[in-house]
Order: sequence, then structure tokens, then C-alpha cells
Amino acid sequence: MSPSIAHELAKKQKEISVSEFFEKNKQILGFDSLTRALITSVKEPVDNSLDACEDAGALPDIVVKVEKIENTEYRVTVEDNGPGIVKNQVPNVFARLLYGSRFHTRAQRRGQQGIGVSAVVMYGQLTTGKAAKVRSKISDEEVAYECELILDTKKNKPDKITEDFVIWDNKPHGTSFQVHVKGKYIGGKQSIFEYLKGVAIVNPHAKITFMPPEGGTIVFERASEQVPPPTKEVKPHPEGVELGEMLSMAKYTESRKMTSFLNTEFSRISYRVAREICDLAGVPQDQDPQDMTLEQAGGILEAIKKVKIMAPETDCLSPIGETLIRKGLKNVLGDLKADFYAPPVTRDPRVYGGNPFIVEVGIVYGGGLSSEEPVQILRFANRVPLMYQQGACAITQAIEAVDWRRYGLEQRGGQGIPFGPAIVLVHVASTKIPFTSESKEAVANVPEIREEIELALKACARKLKTHLNKAAKKSKTRVKFEIVQDIIPMIAEKSAKIVGKPVPDIAGTITKIMNVVWIEDEVAFEKGRHHVSVKAYNYTPKSQSFHLHMLVPYDKIDEKTLKAKPIETRDENKATWDVKRLGSTDVFELAFDLKGVPQEQYDESEVYVSGIDAASVIGCEVLPGDWDLEHLRITEEGVAEEAEEGEEGEVDYDEGAEVINNED
Amino acid sequence: MMIPLRTKGNIRFDSKSAVWKYGKAMGARSAKKLTGAQMLLRTMYMLEFIEEMIKESKSSTLREMYYISEGWAKAKFSTQDESNLLAEDLEIITTCMREDFKLRPEEDGARVMGNITIQEMDRKGKKKRINCRDDVGDSGYGIPYNVEKEKIEFVDCDADFIIAIETGGMFDRLVENKFDEDSHAVLVHLKGQPARSTRRFIKRLNEEMKLPVCTFTDGDPWSFRIHASLAYGAIKTAHLSEFLATPTAEFIGITASDILNYKLPTDKLNDKDIQALNAEKTDPRFNDQFWKHEIDLMLEIGKKAEQQALAKYGLDYVTDTYLPEKLAELGIIK
Repeated sequence: MSPSIAHELAKKQKEISVSEFFEKNKQILGFDSLTRALITSVKEPVDNSLDACEDAGALPDIVVKVEKIENTEYRVTVEDNGPGIVKNQVPNVFARLLYGSRFHTRAQRRGQQGIGVSAVVMYGQLTTGKAAKVRSKISDEEVAYECELILDTKKNKPDKITEDFVIWDNKPHGTSFQVHVKGKYIGGKQSIFEYLKGVAIVNPHAKITFMPPEGGTIVFERASEQVPPPTKEVKPHPEGVELGEMLSMAKYTESRKMTSFLNTEFSRISYRVAREICDLAGVPQDQDPQDMTLEQAGGILEAIKKVKIMAPETDCLSPIGETLIRKGLKNVLGDLKADFYAPPVTRDPRVYGGNPFIVEVGIVYGGGLSSEEPVQILRFANRVPLMYQQGACAITQAIEAVDWRRYGLEQRGGQGIPFGPAIVLVHVASTKIPFTSESKEAVANVPEIREEIELALKACARKLKTHLNKAAKKSKTRVKFEIVQDIIPMIAEKSAKIVGKPVPDIAGTITKIMNVVWIEDEVAFEKGRHHVSVKAYNYTPKSQSFHLHMLVPYDKIDEKTLKAKPIETRDENKATWDVKRLGSTDVFELAFDLKGVPQEQYDESEVYVSGIDAASVIGCEVLPGDWDLEHLRITEEGVAEEAEEGEEGEVDYDEGAEVINNED
Repeated sequence: MMIPLRTKGNIRFDSKSAVWKYGKAMGARSAKKLTGAQMLLRTMYMLEFIEEMIKESKSSTLREMYYISEGWAKAKFSTQDESNLLAEDLEIITTCMREDFKLRPEEDGARVMGNITIQEMDRKGKKKRINCRDDVGDSGYGIPYNVEKEKIEFVDCDADFIIAIETGGMFDRLVENKFDEDSHAVLVHLKGQPARSTRRFIKRLNEEMKLPVCTFTDGDPWSFRIHASLAYGAIKTAHLSEFLATPTAEFIGITASDILNYKLPTDKLNDKDIQALNAEKTDPRFNDQFWKHEIDLMLEIGKKAEQQALAKYGLDYVTDTYLPEKLAELGIIK
């Protein structure tokens, strides 16, 4: 091959500009259709704003405005109250591909590659010929810095068209980003509105205001004043580090001894563990890591598998948490008037390829949700909603693999997306989310992650099932209640009238029919107070003594409303009442108000009994030996249904008889 | 409260009266279940209502009874079937007739055409003689809801047999063709499942006037049940079979065999028809050679036919050919 051809080739290689790269990779960057391009143009700056606010420990207040300029041209403006960006960095942050602070770190962030917002700028200039406008103010400065930017696609460098300092009314700090893009605005499942709704659910600490092109303003109010704790960068966890990575780390480390290399470059390796690894791998402890051979690297990886190493630190992760998932769901989906928000599940962190991750699941059930359709799936990765490629995502695959029939949803053949009135939320948080592609729309099917998602789904689904069981039991007992409370007294009254005798005492009849102690609990919320009531009806022929136990934050009980004092309180929320010699057909009522408890934190009473035979109580469970309530919920599934009453061999006249039709 | 089960599985053949009555299986109506408790409460309300009617010498139709329950709060009936069933439950328990409770059905418009003379007590208490052929129009004599002796007496009769017809169309055809006169027959229109009074009327004619009875219906599973309730006793009213059923009644057709032999135009059996046929296979009343054969045959050919399908061969075919052939087969005419 002659040198001239090589030069010729080299020239061509240079000419493959960033814009060509962009054109060829539109799909993975999220610009493959006009609708998706518009969503991406909102999504990328919003992700950046949320990251920036979190870094600064501020509660985000983000305003998104989409205006229609003409036909397919839209103007997108995203403004935040973040810390702002220093003047010199503005051009690079917004108009230079692969520039960013996140690429080389291991910490949970929304943006990871430094492509996002610059790609939006470039897409805008390529499709509309217009520059992006950025305004940013940091709290140290009196005025805001404003500039118009385009991306020099040949050099991958920002090009400032104009720059100026401007007064930003009453804005102490923040950033505003404006871009013109070619796009198409739609509603529906994959839309800007749905995206922002998702953002609001998993970021309950953010206030998001959306001004859509058709006019009007939609506000997702902040549901929590709690800023997620800042996440920190971590060194890779040794589990799952690959051979090549190990070798390159050994080459670039500043350590000069194997033990200090292992200790300083990886998390969770103490000197003691480092020495253990070296010994197991047969590598001298004081060898210079630069001299590590391929064989030695393999030996060290093997040794890492055998040595006990602590799980990765988790303060680099920012799970939403069980309380806030519930809050976020209730805040955004409140209009659906769902019956039940299953207590969300946040699993313990685990590791894949040296990266810690956490899976969280929440389920919303019933109410205004349609029971004829497949459940709605809300997928999130590092608090970013995933809108596309649902089928390719490990989250969807995990949902499909769970047998939902066991948890009260319909599912043909026990696999596939279940049907029923439910919304399933799954959040995967990690220092590095393994996406199936650069467009970051689907979580790759990594076995460790997939398994965790399934476990989290099942744990949350069990809580749903527990609720459904309870509801079913309640409606069953309600029927009995109607019999003894309404119908039997009416029969007594009528029959007495017909035969002209005084109304008989029906206590004996009632206890014969019921022969249980029936516990009914109710919670109502009104004007910042929870009205809690628990009633115990003794429908047995004898007087009964037992204990009632409740999980209730008793320091929040309004003493004035509490007539029966508990005989014991402990662990902040465990209270016990003594019910003594409750006469046959008498009622014991326990009622009180809770003050200052957020509504969503107490929507069902957990009531237990003790000191009485389990079979003679309906409406609540018997106290588990150790008050280990989670444990109870899981074992409860196995409890046998109480046997159908009715004397043996007796046929019920009104049930089970075939319909006699077409005969007079 | 214990009541005999009113099911297919609990009817027994009573050899003394040659009809089907309830067996010994009893069901319990108890207040332990919601429906049972509700029915007991309704029983109380109904008893109270009946007591009032007796005191004030009034009566009500079953439909009025159903509407009365509107004011019964939790004891309200949700369908008239429920109130009718309860009235029958009371008959069974008390061994009274629902007429004793001052409850009566609506006139159901079943008609008679033939040379019999009856004496009916009219509402003014006057006895009126009526010949069911000469004194009535082409629509025949309407059977009242009460056909007991105090209301109706049979005076005279010049006929050889009774033919009970399911549909009005066929009844009118036989009237127009003067089948009653030509064949010395009494025509009775059943109007689908015959009402109690129609069955009682036929039974009395059969016993008192010694007229053989035959039923002529569509050829489908539901029509088989019409014959069964007329001849063997209905499941729902098996406590009254002795009064209502005519055990010697014969089934003329349309049978499944007729469909084949006469090459009648047919419809396909639908799912409900097939279900009904299969249910009849376990119905003790159909447990004989003839019915087993016909039911199996119908299932096999998967077809049913209306009685008016005979019109395929002309309007007179039924009276000139079909009925004479079938009646001769049964030995009713020579």
C-alpha cells in the first residue's frame, strides 16, 4: 500500500465530522422521529437541571415551556433554580459532545455520557438553523451571563454567536436553556406530559411546571421538602471487575505496591483483605502493580471471588425510598382515586460488574384504574422515566416472568404482562445503569439486576395480595354483619307482630349464627386528623377477655379523644389495650384521633389480638409472637381459609340448587 | 326451616298416582347465609301481607304481590320469580294452595275449542252454560285461573280425545281446518309452558270425561319439557303433581324421528338447546326407551323443527296426513 493512499484515507477519516456521526446515530441519541426528537429536547435539559439542583442540595423548581413556532418548528425552554454554571463552562457544557464531569466517575447520576444536551443543541441547529440560547446566574454574581451557542460540527467545539450580561429579575441563581427544534407535539403514552409526570413521581422533591403549546399551565406540585442526600463518587467495587479493566487500572495507578493498589483503587478492600488476596493469588504483596502480568491479574480476580468482601457502599446511591415513592405516586396519580397504594419495596443494594445498584418497586391498585387492560408499567432508571423500548427492557421482562395470578392479577398462562387495575412502578438506581443502547431507554438484561427486580416485584405484590385478602375477608364478614345487625332483628320484630307476642331476645340466635368475636377497624382523614376506630363485637355466647394490639404512632394520639388507655406502649408504635370480660353481644369500642401524621402515612390500621383462640376471631390476625410484622405478612398467605359453616350434610335450600327454568 | 329440595334430583315416581312428586331430600333455609336470612325475612313480610288480605277479604295477583314488596326495605324481591318461588315454598310447607293465600296468577289466555259444554260460575254468581265450540268465537273458550268444581263443571261432551297444542299458530291452523269437528277432538292451546289452570283443566277433562290426551308441540328440548310437566308433573310444582299432571298423556310430536321421517325444514341446535338436552338425559322423568332414543337422536342430528314446519307440504298437510298418521300410531284414532 503506497503512502499516498494512506494519506488519502487519513484525510477522509478526518472529514467524518461530528454532524455526520450524529446523522448516522440519530436513533441511539433519541432523535429518530419528530415526536421523539421533541421529547428528547425536553428530557435532556430537564435531567441536567435535576442533577444540578441535587448537587447543590436545592429543591428543584423547573419550568418547561414548549411553543409552536411554525409547522414542525418548536421552541423549548427549560428553566431551573439550580446553582448556575460559571461563565467559562457554559459553552462547553451545552455545545460540546462528550464533555462532562460524569463520564469517568462512578456515582448515580441522570446524565452519564455528556452527550445529551449538546446533542439537542446540534439537532436544533441542524434542523432549524437556529442557535441555542443559554442564560445562567450563579449566586456570587450580580448579573446573569447569556449567550447564543452553536456547535462547530467539524471541530466538536462550541461557537459563541453572541454573549452578554443581563439582569435576571429576582432570580438569585439558576439556568435557562432555550432551543429551536424540528419536532412534532403529541399527547398519549409517549409524550412530554407523560415524561414530566414520570419525573414528578420519582422526584417528589421537585416542582415541575409545564406550559404546553396548546396553552394552559400544568403544575406538578412538590410532595416532599426532602432533598435526596447528595450522592458521592465511589471507586469500583472489586466484584465483577473485568480482566482488561484490572490491567489498565494497574497500569495507571500511582500506587507502587500491590496491596496499596488494591486498597486505594477499589472500594471495600482493606489492607488486610488486600494481603489476603495477594496471598491467595500467589502475587507478592510488594510487587509494583505496573509489572502485573495477565496471569497475575487473572489470579487476583479469582482470589477476589473467594475472599469475603463487604457489599459496596451504598451512600453513592440515591434510592427514592418507600415513603417517598408512595408520596410521589399519590401526589401525581391522586385523580385516579386508587383503592390501594401497596407499601413500596426498596431492596438492599447489590452489585453487578463492580457497580452497586438498588431496585425499588411500587404498586397502585384499583379505584379508577381499568381492570380490562394490561397493567401500566412505569420504568425508571436513576430517577429518569424510560419512555421507549419497553419490550427490550429487563424491567418489563421481569414483570412478565412473575406469576401474577398468585398475587391477585389476571395473567394468561402465568406469564406475560398481567391484566388488572394496577400500575407497577420499577426504579433501578445505580452508579452505572447498563442500558441496551446509547439512547438509554431500556435496562439491559443483566442477571443480577433482573433477579433483584423480580424479588422486589414479588415482595411488593405480596403486600398487594395481603390487602386483597383482607378486603375479600372484610366484604364476607360485612354480609354476616348485615344479617345479624339488620335482618335478624327485623325477622324477630315481624314474627312477633304476626303471632302477637313481644319481640324475643335475639342474642342467642345471633351468637349461634356468628359465634365469633368480630373486629372492625376504620380510618377516616379529615382536617389534618385521622379518626381511628376499632370495634370488637362479641358475638359469642360467653363473655370474652383478650388483648388488642395496634401498630400506631401513639405519641401522635390526641389524648383528649382517647377514652380507653393502652396498658402498654413500646417501640414508638406498638400499643396494647386490655379488653376485660366483654359480655355476650356487647361491643368494645376503641376510638381516637391522630394529630400531625401525614395522611398517606396511616391509611389502614394494623390490628392484632392475643389471648383468644384464633378461630373465634374474624376481622384481624392473631399477634405474631415477636411483633415481626413483615414476617407475618409473608406467612399469612399460607393460612387456610376458615371452613364454611353449616351443619354437616345439610343442603342449603337457597344456594346450589339448579335453576328451574321454563316450567311453570 | 326445612323444605323439600325442588330439584331434578329430588323427584320420585309415585306409583299410586302415576306422577312425579318430591322425594325425601330436604334443604335448610337458615339465617346463617345472607340469601337464607333474606328469604326468611321475606317470609315474615309475606305472611303478614296474606294475613291482612284474609282479614279484609281481598286477593292479589302474583305480580301485585311482587310490587307490594317495594315497600319492604331489605325484604324487597328483586324479581317476580323470587316472589313466585316463595309463594310455592309456602304451599309446600303449609300444604295449602296459593289460592288459599289469596294469591292468584294472571289470566294467561289459554284457549279451548271443541264440542264440550261446561257450566261456569260468573263473577255475579250466576251459572252460565257454554259450549266450547258453538257459543264461542274462533279464538275459543278462555280458561280462567280457577278451574275447580265451584267455578267450572263439565256438563256434556262429544269428543274422542284432547289434543294440547303448544303454539297459537298451530291451534289456529287446526281451528281453521275444522280439525275439532272432523276428528272429534277438543283442541287446547297451551301457550308455551302451560299454566297450572290449563294443566288442571286438562286433567279434569281427562278424568271426568274419560278423554285421552295427547300433546303436540315443536320439536325441541323445551317442548319435551312442556310435555313432561303436563304428563309427569313439573319439578317446580311437584307438590301439586297429583292435581295437575295427566299421566296417561301421550306425546305426538314433533319428535326427532319425525324430523327425519317427514324431512322437515330445521334449525340448528344452539348451545343452550344442547345443554338442555343433556340435562334431560339425567332427568328421571325422561328415563324411558322412547325419550332416551329421541333425545339422543336429536343430539345426533343436531337439528330442531317447529310444528309449523309441516306447512312445507301445504296448509292441510298437518290435519290431513300428519296428525291422522301419528294419532293412529298411538292408537287414539283408528
